[in-house]
Amino acid sequence: MQRAAGLVLGLRAGCCPRSPSWGRGRGRSWSSAAAEASAVLKLRPEKNGRQRILTPESMNPLVKAVEYAVRGPILLKAGEIEMELQRGIKKPFTEVIKANIGDAHAMGQQPITFLRQVVALCTYPNLLDSPSFPEDAKNRARRILKACGGNSLGAYSASQGVNCIREDVAAYIERRDGGVPADPDNIYLTTGASDGISTILKILVSGGGKSRTGVLIPIPQYPLYSAVISELDAIQVNYYLDEENCWALDVNELRRAVTEAKEYCNPKVLCIINPGNPTGQVQSRKCIEEVIHFAWEEKLFLLADEVYQDNVYPKDCQFHSFKKVLYEMGPEYSSNVELASFHSTSKGYMGECGYRGGYMEVINLHPEIKGQLVKMLSVRLCPPVSGQAAMDIVVNPPVPGEESFEQFNREKEFVLSNLAKKAKLTEDLFNQVPGIHCNPLQGAMYAFPRIFIPTKAIETAKAHKMAPDMFYCMKLLEETGICVVPGSGFGQREGTYHLRMTILPPVEKLKIVLEKVKDFHIKFLEKYA
Amino acid sequence: MANKNMKQQVMNGIRDKVLTLDTMNQSVKNIEYAVRGPILLRAMELERELQQGVKKPFTEIIRANIGDAQAMGQKPITFMRQVLALCQYPDLLSSPSFPEDAKKRAMRILQACGGHSSGSYSASAGIQTIRENVARYIEHRDRGIASDPENIFLSTGASSAIMAVLNLLVSGKGKNRTGVMIPIPQYPLYSATLAEFDAVQINYCLNEEHQWGLDVAELQRALGQAKAHCQPRVLCVINPGNPTGQVLSRENIEAVIRFAYEEHLFLMADEVYQDNIYAEASQFHSFKKVLMEMGPPYAQQLELASFHSCSKGYMGECGFRGGYTEVVNMDPAVKQQMLKFQSVRLCPPVPGQILIDIVTNPPQPGEPSYQQFQQEKKAVLAGLAEKAQLTEKILNKQPGIQCNPVQGAMYSFPRIQLPPKALQRAKELGQPADMFFCKQLLEETGICVVPGSGFGQKEGTYHFRMTILPPLEKLKILLEKLSQFYAKFTQEYS
Repeated sequence: MQRAAGLVLGLRAGCCPRSPSWGRGRGRSWSSAAAEASAVLKLRPEKNGRQRILTPESMNPLVKAVEYAVRGPILLKAGEIEMELQRGIKKPFTEVIKANIGDAHAMGQQPITFLRQVVALCTYPNLLDSPSFPEDAKNRARRILKACGGNSLGAYSASQGVNCIREDVAAYIERRDGGVPADPDNIYLTTGASDGISTILKILVSGGGKSRTGVLIPIPQYPLYSAVISELDAIQVNYYLDEENCWALDVNELRRAVTEAKEYCNPKVLCIINPGNPTGQVQSRKCIEEVIHFAWEEKLFLLADEVYQDNVYPKDCQFHSFKKVLYEMGPEYSSNVELASFHSTSKGYMGECGYRGGYMEVINLHPEIKGQLVKMLSVRLCPPVSGQAAMDIVVNPPVPGEESFEQFNREKEFVLSNLAKKAKLTEDLFNQVPGIHCNPLQGAMYAFPRIFIPTKAIETAKAHKMAPDMFYCMKLLEETGICVVPGSGFGQREGTYHLRMTILPPVEKLKIVLEKVKDFHIKFLEKYA
Repeated sequence: MANKNMKQQVMNGIRDKVLTLDTMNQSVKNIEYAVRGPILLRAMELERELQQGVKKPFTEIIRANIGDAQAMGQKPITFMRQVLALCQYPDLLSSPSFPEDAKKRAMRILQACGGHSSGSYSASAGIQTIRENVARYIEHRDRGIASDPENIFLSTGASSAIMAVLNLLVSGKGKNRTGVMIPIPQYPLYSATLAEFDAVQINYCLNEEHQWGLDVAELQRALGQAKAHCQPRVLCVINPGNPTGQVLSRENIEAVIRFAYEEHLFLMADEVYQDNIYAEASQFHSFKKVLMEMGPPYAQQLELASFHSCSKGYMGECGFRGGYTEVVNMDPAVKQQMLKFQSVRLCPPVPGQILIDIVTNPPQPGEPSYQQFQQEKKAVLAGLAEKAQLTEKILNKQPGIQCNPVQGAMYSFPRIQLPPKALQRAKELGQPADMFFCKQLLEETGICVVPGSGFGQKEGTYHFRMTILPPLEKLKILLEKLSQFYAKFTQEYS
């Protein structure tokens, strides 16, 4: 066995990325062999003239092509700035405000007590004997545990999810949809909605060349869709939402998109996000019917991303599930249109992002396809059972008469009314800024205002090889510490620029953020006039 | 508007679906995962029949198909569940029923979470303080060899990290398509993932005569043959093995590393059973440690990814989907790509991350929970060791069944002789012979195991994989019934 010692001398370290100071054996005695072996980690392989096997050139090009702006370059920059702040470097601000991601708890929203009680009871069943937990929480926990292998959250569940939770999801859907039947067999619990969406897209993508599967997605979109389409080497087909019209979905635009797409691919899938992300529009029932009819006409598989179904703010807006509308349109549609709808524990009033809870309901899927689906899911065994438990509470919450109902309802109403307040506040404040126009925030948890970027700034951005709105957002971040995502990360009409900001910071902080954005924007306009 | 033809179809209620077996992703169609495959589906049908009161020659289905310890009655480690509960419902931090050390850990974890909530998304590679604990754990395990937290990616079970790394590695077309060497028998996550990614599977056979040892000569043979039709780039090793349970010797590991280096292969070391070592003569050596101790050129050039999980070991926390990978000598730009790719799914489940934190940062001597923790851990591991030996012993007593020593992991993979008439019958039914055997076993005894054909085996040999997880008394009954059934089966088809 060769010793590394001789090679360490005269070679500079640097192959290893910077590591925090804790890491080098403080307070621990190392053998000299280990120390030498560790030193070897610092040597540059290239010096010995040998190419790595896995390089940016040799890696999977499909993975390389993937982009996800929400946690992309702007967030990396925000992370760097945070580290600089920690090191005491002076900035025009004292903290980075992460308004880039729909993570409510991270911005101070409190979890729903009942949900956490049930999950804790399931996690540590000793607590079932504790007087500090209400009976209704205990009953739910017992029911969930009974349905788990070995009565433990630690057992794998069935790949489709714990049976009784799927039943609860189906019952929830029926209640939500005014009695339209839901079959537990059509329910699949998933690791967040993202997992379900990517699974369905995966199974749908096929063909080659001009018959490669085309997937219609809204522009602007939540960039999970473009990322998965990239990864699967499918064809992204853009349909534009109408900014002049509160981001409405126009079926004529769908038709245009499909017709053009048929020249170079096989359009097979239509993705809808309702309420929209980043745009927040809540589709009217009429619009949903038109979309369903269009999907039926053009033989498109419908994906309905409905994770914000609990986040609807104006009194005159209402959430209609695609499933319900489909069913109510009668058997020609409801027996034929293939639909997958998605929900999650991450949004709504729950904000339980970290649990990775979600489900999908599939309608009119070929039985053999359902078999293939379960087979594919079985390879990864099952979604996290704690996330499934969280989902169970979402679909099976306390009802009037139960001990926990009042507090649950109070907490839920508080979160939702707070979000509604912030949605209106954000819309109003943005619209007061010259050069910013913000459509009404009907739902979801984001503002996607259009920002006017002067020509000089556009040119400067181009010189820096950046999209103009990325340039804008970077400057905003550097000067105010506010981290938002440029519209180019979601897609937008050529020549228009936007940014997506969450409405999640607490009201007072949100006001300050909006004030700062306003000041920044005015200064920016002046600077690049 | 729909044309007349479509209208007619609609009126008949008949309409071609968009998504059918023909129009679906063909790679997905090629996926097979025997552990939850046909045999389990049948077991579930039988369970339903039992529930409906249908009479069977047995009163319960024994699921010895899957490495799910808690499903078979193993208890979770108290401390782990305490910390997790405290993180989920921080009101409990003021409860006298929880030990101080559990509370301290929970507080530390919550501090590191956005909004001090376990409900926030974490960073995509995982909560930073947990990555640091993992690196520390690895250093401690590997006798001080440095581990960098930036090389640690927490994941949704080890499975998702294995798939992510393989995904990075798969590229090229036709004869340049990435080839991935996997052991036969293997854990069928590998074959399934290769099918899904349309990569080329290169089989290297473990040596059953030599306790499932890994021969470099066999690696050489497999590689040599593969070069003609693909670009071999990856070598996967499972240590301790699944389904085979062998624990590689240090010399073996060094030889594999040398081979991977010489042949320019990216090494993937699946080490999820690193805590499950039973044979006295066996010892777990991590690939990372051996690699580093081999010094240059190997240590600074071999690209390695090692995997661990909270599903196995003494923890058995399968349902929480906790795991991590440590990457060694990975191109920094590729690491960025990996992080970017992980970011699309946002983050691994935080409860699973919390469990990994405890696995890698357990109670220390002097802490209030230390004794109980050690007691519980030792009891689980001792229990598994006892069951490993018992299984080997009882199966080997049965003529026609030959079981290699279960050195590690949690399975037995015995070889079974099958009489010609049985082979014939299986052929008629269009089933692999060991699937036929396992199906009959299931129908007559309620015992669900997975046929060896689901893992791969040498042509003309037959095996099945059963877990050693049922409680001791039940395991004894299971082994007895199995032996009896085997004797009857071979007689019936002789």
